[in-house]
Amino acid sequence: MEKGDGLMALSCPECESEVSPPEPVRQHEVLECPDCRAELEVIAVEPVVLALAPEIEEDWGE
Amino acid sequence: MLSVLLSRLRVEEKALLEELDRRHVAYEVLDTRTLAFRLDELDLPYQGALCREVSHHRAHYAARLLEHAGVPVVNSAAAIALCGDKLLTTLALRRAGLPTPRTLVTLTAEAAIGELPSFGYPAVVKPVVGSWGRLAARLSDDEAAQGVLEHRAALPGAHQHITYIQQFVGRPGRDIRGLVAGEEVLGAVYRTATHWRTNTARDAVTSLCPVDADLEKILLDTAAAVGPGVYGIDVLEDADGALYVNEVNHTPEFHGAAEVLGTGLADRYVNYVLDQVKS
Repeated sequence: MEKGDGLMALSCPECESEVSPPEPVRQHEVLECPDCRAELEVIAVEPVVLALAPEIEEDWGE
Repeated sequence: MLSVLLSRLRVEEKALLEELDRRHVAYEVLDTRTLAFRLDELDLPYQGALCREVSHHRAHYAARLLEHAGVPVVNSAAAIALCGDKLLTTLALRRAGLPTPRTLVTLTAEAAIGELPSFGYPAVVKPVVGSWGRLAARLSDDEAAQGVLEHRAALPGAHQHITYIQQFVGRPGRDIRGLVAGEEVLGAVYRTATHWRTNTARDAVTSLCPVDADLEKILLDTAAAVGPGVYGIDVLEDADGALYVNEVNHTPEFHGAAEVLGTGLADRYVNYVLDQVKS
């Protein structure tokens, strides 16, 4: 569940550079755009959709 | 079925989900950002929950709600509430007789300025809630303290004004991260950095830390003091090698430790979770 296989390269929603998610990719996984270094969240896996990941909040951590 | 609370899938969450997949454990990922609970209709289909939510407040309240519905959560809401607050954690550790750095607490930032000269430098001021060394500042003298504390006083949010200051302890640039699940020490690593903040989130390098009898005891006593669960316990050493418990992390990251200790960490983490939710 919540895993996608056989991925094609996608576009970074920030800079439109090519981003290749790992395989298999999971929903909520966070990737980094190799060009602009933006953090991207996998918000869907069938098909894979990337969005800018949320900014770190004050209470995030371990 | 197990539920897994999260909103950000880090290396640790991936490893844990892969471990659940490997064992063919049925689970559902619950995104805490979209959950809604109707308190009069809390009939949930979960045997238990693994909480890996990165936001302390969302983790705490999600765990409270699931427990209210009769779903056991690892870690428990009580453990999350306690360990997510550095002051409450320190009080619990001191109550249990564990060594902690000397600590100064004031309820406004301004009140700390007058106390620090007698408390002594260097000291470290930290938010009571927060992680990854964020907003932690080392205070070297009165001048530095005044500047940092005036900035803290200007921060929005009343809880930021609760001022938690520790004596700076340690061989600069190194601390110990011990991982504990229940009554088992999973392992320990040194975290070494050029910066005094040794969080792996700040690119500290990990190396194997032997778990001798003293370290094992302090780790297990710490876990006992905060209640059953899986913890990342940060321990400081002073120049004489004496150990002090610094912090207890209720949703521990272990990617740095796994590089040294191997991939069995997720396996043992999941063992503990499954044991807890079936008992």
